[in-house]
Amino acid sequence: MKTDIVVRVCMGTGGIAAGGAEVMEAFKKLLKSKGLKAKIEKNCTMHKVGCRGLCARDVLVDIVVNDSKTTYQFIKPAMVERIIDEHVINGKPVEEWTVPEDYYLFHSKQVKVVLSDCGSVDPEDIGSYLNVKGYDALKKVVTTMSPAETIGVIRQSGLRGRGGAGFPTGTKWEICSKETSEHKYIICNADEGDPGAFMDRSVIEGNPHAVIEGMIIGAYSIGADAGYVYIRAEYPLAVERLKNALKEARQHNFLGKGILGTKFNFDIKIKLGAGAFVCGEETALIASIEGQRGMPRAKPPFPVYKGLWGKPTVINNVETLANVPYIIRKGAGWYSSFGTEKSKGTKVFALTGKIRNSGLIEVPMGIPLREIIYDIGGGIENDKAFKAVQTGGPSGGCIPSHLLDIKVDFESLASVGSIVGSGGMVVLDEGDCMVNIAKFFLQFTQSESCGKCVPCRIGTKRLLEILERITSGKGREGDIELLEDLARDIKATSLCGLGQTAPNPILSTIRYFRDEYDAHITKKKCPAGVCRDLLSYVILAEICKGCGACKRVCPAGAISGEKKQPHTIDADICVRCGACFEACKFKAIGKG
Amino acid sequence: MIDLSINGLPVSVPEGTTILDAARFADIPIPTLCHHPKLTPYGGCRLCIVDVKGINRPVTSCTTPVTAGMEVTTTSPTIEKLRKTILELILSDHPNDCMVCEKAGDCTLQELAYFYGIRENRLDGERRVYAKKDDNPFIERNMEKCILCGKCVRICDEVQGVGAIDIAYRGFNAKVCPPFEKNLDCEFCGQCVSVCPTGALTGKAWGQRGRQKDIKEIETICPYCGCGCSITLHVRRNEVIRVSSREDTLNEGWLCPKGRFGYSFINNAARLKTPFIREEGKLKEATWDEALDFIADRLGKVKAKYGADSIAGLSSARCTNEENYLFQKFMRAAVGTNNVDHCARL
Repeated sequence: MKTDIVVRVCMGTGGIAAGGAEVMEAFKKLLKSKGLKAKIEKNCTMHKVGCRGLCARDVLVDIVVNDSKTTYQFIKPAMVERIIDEHVINGKPVEEWTVPEDYYLFHSKQVKVVLSDCGSVDPEDIGSYLNVKGYDALKKVVTTMSPAETIGVIRQSGLRGRGGAGFPTGTKWEICSKETSEHKYIICNADEGDPGAFMDRSVIEGNPHAVIEGMIIGAYSIGADAGYVYIRAEYPLAVERLKNALKEARQHNFLGKGILGTKFNFDIKIKLGAGAFVCGEETALIASIEGQRGMPRAKPPFPVYKGLWGKPTVINNVETLANVPYIIRKGAGWYSSFGTEKSKGTKVFALTGKIRNSGLIEVPMGIPLREIIYDIGGGIENDKAFKAVQTGGPSGGCIPSHLLDIKVDFESLASVGSIVGSGGMVVLDEGDCMVNIAKFFLQFTQSESCGKCVPCRIGTKRLLEILERITSGKGREGDIELLEDLARDIKATSLCGLGQTAPNPILSTIRYFRDEYDAHITKKKCPAGVCRDLLSYVILAEICKGCGACKRVCPAGAISGEKKQPHTIDADICVRCGACFEACKFKAIGKG
Repeated sequence: MIDLSINGLPVSVPEGTTILDAARFADIPIPTLCHHPKLTPYGGCRLCIVDVKGINRPVTSCTTPVTAGMEVTTTSPTIEKLRKTILELILSDHPNDCMVCEKAGDCTLQELAYFYGIRENRLDGERRVYAKKDDNPFIERNMEKCILCGKCVRICDEVQGVGAIDIAYRGFNAKVCPPFEKNLDCEFCGQCVSVCPTGALTGKAWGQRGRQKDIKEIETICPYCGCGCSITLHVRRNEVIRVSSREDTLNEGWLCPKGRFGYSFINNAARLKTPFIREEGKLKEATWDEALDFIADRLGKVKAKYGADSIAGLSSARCTNEENYLFQKFMRAAVGTNNVDHCARL
């Protein structure tokens, strides 16, 4: 019987960081040295794959023998030999290294559209994408459909922008298609900047051709002759794979002049972002491509009327575009069968924070938040209590535990003061201080404000200062009301989305965790024990064994005591670093 | 023409007009700090926000074009509250030193603080600190007074075509500066100074020479070149302490470094006020009649001895067209030579 063997090594950014390149090298070397090359040469393929979601278990390796797939987790180069000996040669998988059942639970509640080929196709080989019907949608569109028909399908699918605002993609394309202009542009916004978000990066790293195919279909629909992918320079692997994919697409005449024998001409350039978060805002992004300082301008006019170089321009997010080929191939009805009435399809989330299975997930819109946290995410790390989920990054808000059964879609999240956003989902547990979380996001938005408009430039600074004084024990009576008042004014008057949403983390944490703010201000205590200035450490004399472990680690020399006698901490010298708390084996140190 | 209503008043303006311009046309005041009629609308200060029926958040009137049937409200308790917050924010990062500020009395920010009655500031916090820079003799930069309205950046780029300054850094640290925060080293036209709404940019020449009190403003023409820009001399106790130019002039208020800053010669002790004739190697003061007679006499003698073509005349760009015409006429008809030229030809 012919043996068909495929080895897949996860080589997204997470995979590479965990040692994916070394694992792959070990496979190559050992397969060769064991003479397997000669034996199975024609039938053995081995390639890189992009992110398949569960980054926490990297390096993940698939061994596919005659279409029967076995997945291994936490693979190190030293483990490769045994896998080859026992599994590849003798056909017995190394059971103790294969993924346990929860790996499949992680995947079973997910619905993969955008990510359907991520983790199985080789992102650096167009042939691999073509094998899974890649570019079939493009062929169908340019040879059998009119631009209006194509837009019609996208409209019917109910696809809405995945960058955060949720504007209907078909409507955007339709408006732009009706503009008459010598040139039109389509831009793929890959300037993903929310802290804790890595959806777009993973999609480009895992399946760049889907994004390119979506862009070409978009260009065909609106009549664009040039496109840009605006991507952060901090994503070198994604940039490299995108460049390679563009080259391959040109070789296959999916890009360039007379695409697939038609009269349609279109090509894509890559523009690297220089690290400004605000350049994800579409007008700032356009300014940046034009070579100006990345600062937003007032809308109207909207980019669909006057965008890049003053010409009609459609700007779509990576995930939005990556949905397009699948919608065209499988039909609008298929896509809209997922999701809720107003939020169709699926959404990719980057699930991070205090969650057991952190990673990349794709779920149907409308899935209960509880299922994401407990079924897909596997619950909270170290069995701590769930406190809240922060969605939408610095523009979003948090959802507390009593709202865990809320459905995750545009409307439901907005109704509780948060947003779907671009897909960041940071899970917080009882050990997180909500005032501190708000401060973290404000530090981010303040340092990323472009400085153009007053409310964002100075307003977010003042919000941050108030939060800083609250978390350092200098909060004043009335600070909560001042925060709320200033936050509302900043939201109402800021120029762009950054300033208009920057106060959201504050408003939403005050809304659900006002008592924590109160405790900081009036009792000068941080209930979660996070804010260092509000903490004090004491040694509980009745438990202390006098081992001296705390004394040895204290960097300030604040702990004194004789051997085998209870020790004490001098609060005046203590810098509240927590080293003693971590070092004590007897839980003799109290924090509060 | 587009018909709309502002505060219930019917207004009709050409298509493409912004709400701000339409309101000004109808004599309805809207406060702004970053708007300049000759520069690209910016929308940075956010003070010009207005309510438009059907739009659920305030819009900046300086950037929003009017549409037919638009219903605009320029003032309401909510709008005024928002404007006040914006002013409080600006003032929370602005030195409270109007008493020694060059711009006091002519400062848009001071004026707005006065109208909105801002004294105590609930939003006080950290203020930017800047090291003093620049050893040029023209432009004084007090960057802690800068409100980032961007007018200086835009005028330098859009009108002067120089681009000597731009906004650098982000967030609270954003600042207007020359490349790499070096000393200002431009052509020093001072256009930026002329549009700065606060005391961030002033002229070194008029530092501590007087503000508004006892100043007479005298309209005249710049003597430097044939362009003939309209200038306004600010005169205090018979001394020119500053030069500016009004926007409603032929030069639209724009001036060059000479016109704006080059007036120190007026009261300079070394300034020549009469002609001099050199006698035995020494210059001796003379009257105009004596000097002109001397020139006529010498020109006649040179012409008689060496011929008319031994004489050449060079005229100046500081003269008007009429003066230059007369000069060439004099050279050709009176002296009898075509040897006549003009420095502006070069």
